[in-house]
Amino acid sequence: MTTEKHRPRRALSANAVGIALVAPLALFLLATFFIPLGGMLFLSVDDRELGKVMPGTVAALADWDGAGLPGPAAFEAAGRDLVEARKAKIAGTAARRLGYEASAWRTTIQSTARALPRDIAAVTDWKSTLIAADDAWGKPDIWQALARARGPLTDVYLSSALGLQGGQDSTLYVNVLARTFVIALSATAICILLALPAAYLLASVGPITANLLMMALLLPLWTSVLVRSTSWLVILQKNGIFNQVLISLNIIDTPLELVYNRIGVLVALTHILLPYAVLPLYASMKALPRSQMQAARSLGAGPLNSFFRIYLPQIVPGISAGGLLVFILALGYYITPLLLGGQGDQMLPFYIAYNTLQALNWGLAAALASILLIATVILYALYVRLVGVQRVGV
Amino acid sequence: MLDSTRIWLWGGRLAGALVLGFLLLPIFAIVPLSFNGGSILAYPLQGLSLKWYAAVTSTPRWLHAVGNSLIVAVSTVAIATPLGTLAALGLDRIQFPGKSLLMALLISPMIVPVIITAVGVYFFFAPLGLANSLTGLVLAHAVIAVPLVLVTVNASVSQLDRGLLRAAESLGASPMTTFRKITVPLILPGIVSGTIFAFAASFDEVVIALMITGPGQKTLPRELLSGTRENLDPTVLAVASILIAISAGLLLLLTLVQHRSAKHHT
Repeated sequence: MTTEKHRPRRALSANAVGIALVAPLALFLLATFFIPLGGMLFLSVDDRELGKVMPGTVAALADWDGAGLPGPAAFEAAGRDLVEARKAKIAGTAARRLGYEASAWRTTIQSTARALPRDIAAVTDWKSTLIAADDAWGKPDIWQALARARGPLTDVYLSSALGLQGGQDSTLYVNVLARTFVIALSATAICILLALPAAYLLASVGPITANLLMMALLLPLWTSVLVRSTSWLVILQKNGIFNQVLISLNIIDTPLELVYNRIGVLVALTHILLPYAVLPLYASMKALPRSQMQAARSLGAGPLNSFFRIYLPQIVPGISAGGLLVFILALGYYITPLLLGGQGDQMLPFYIAYNTLQALNWGLAAALASILLIATVILYALYVRLVGVQRVGV
Repeated sequence: MLDSTRIWLWGGRLAGALVLGFLLLPIFAIVPLSFNGGSILAYPLQGLSLKWYAAVTSTPRWLHAVGNSLIVAVSTVAIATPLGTLAALGLDRIQFPGKSLLMALLISPMIVPVIITAVGVYFFFAPLGLANSLTGLVLAHAVIAVPLVLVTVNASVSQLDRGLLRAAESLGASPMTTFRKITVPLILPGIVSGTIFAFAASFDEVVIALMITGPGQKTLPRELLSGTRENLDPTVLAVASILIAISAGLLLLLTLVQHRSAKHHT
């Protein structure tokens, strides 16, 4: 009786102690990881920039029907907003935002802000003043763009990341997404092909030799990605080790172009990801009884036949787990293509960093990062279903 | 028949050995070049020399970066090891249906591409003034390091011999004494391994460092990246070799810790 009475309370208090112990980490990750990621997801649809710089215009356009030109109140609001923005030196923010709608309007905003008179009390006709500053104001397009950009939410970043927006670079990011997918898939395929014999070797030797050979897997895995990428650059570059060896052996006369192109990226990516393919494959090969293959062969199956019909089907779980893991990881590499690829070999992470640090288009950077994040989460969920959460990362 | 089977088997092994050679190639190719007497990045070596290492230790830029990296890695470990260890002990006690989801969330920084963590943290820290500071870098490194501690300690907690805990309890030890005298010594190898993982993760990290450090906070990998991109010379290879040596040392340490704990268990 007493134990039965006690058990739920003990379980409850064990849970309470457990939660108290997990809480510091959960709160830490909430503050430094989940909230920042949430903020990033929000940033990909956030559109309050224009409203901060041109609040009057945004208000005046709130109930405009979008047909023809807006009324004189909108012209006056835009004029006054731009004069204020010039004083506060924030016109560039509005110019940048409108430039995402059509790049010419970036200049329109900047030059209008500069051209408007200092003494605004003297201005009576804002419409003709604005059109005199830039004739784009006389056409409905820019007003429709202002109305679209008034916030608070937008799909402009996500649709340009997915190529759904018309305009000159509408296919840029579709190409980047496709390229990222192709490079990751190629690296995965090469990794699996190379992992098969490596895992087979590890599984076919005795435990002491296997431990020694395992070092050949773990040492590169422990060496930083940056160091390995640097190393491949030294090996593969024009006057690098590889070309020198081939030339001194009289195999080639002129050095091969092996870096700043797809070859360099794939060689280094394969090298970096290969251990992740070998380890699960090794685990599933080791679980196979050796006698099975011997039985198949003694019953008359040829080596290739017994490999494809007996061995391969049983290591498919190892291949798919390793392959999926390699593919997920491959999507996220930044430094390796940066060092070994050309302009046409940069993957999604490069454009995330580029839009964050150089182009300063945070909305687009956030949209690209959100796409990568969502793809990763979906693939990761698939991976967890495949191998179970306990074994992830061990 | 038997011969062709043999050929296939040995062919497979040979191919496997070549693949392992491919894995080791970049490490063994560049370390000797860092001892080259000349400045050309190719073989044969033009005599042996330590001058490129001397160049590293006499350049304030590199020394400053080493200092920053050590400060960041040690601070990262100081946050990640306690948080990860406590959470692993806590998860062991919790029993409710959402537990595996909680675990998945807590280790998710390990799976989310580091560029996304870097950008998310950058957008978040920039308005707080943490974007160009070592504090920001340490917090972000702790995010990616803490799952490594959690997973490693979690593994050793789940291997704990519950019989020992019950024995201590039945002999009158208080929960605190049991924890100090039984639990901690048994999971210590897990904690040390987790700490090594966390240290290595921070010490080698470059993408977050690229995003959220200014010129004053450059870490060693950050300087190495600049060196590789702007002026790939033997000094850069000396730095890369130092990083390889540190990684190999940490791997050795990890192997020793796990070997000792395996001996204890048997």
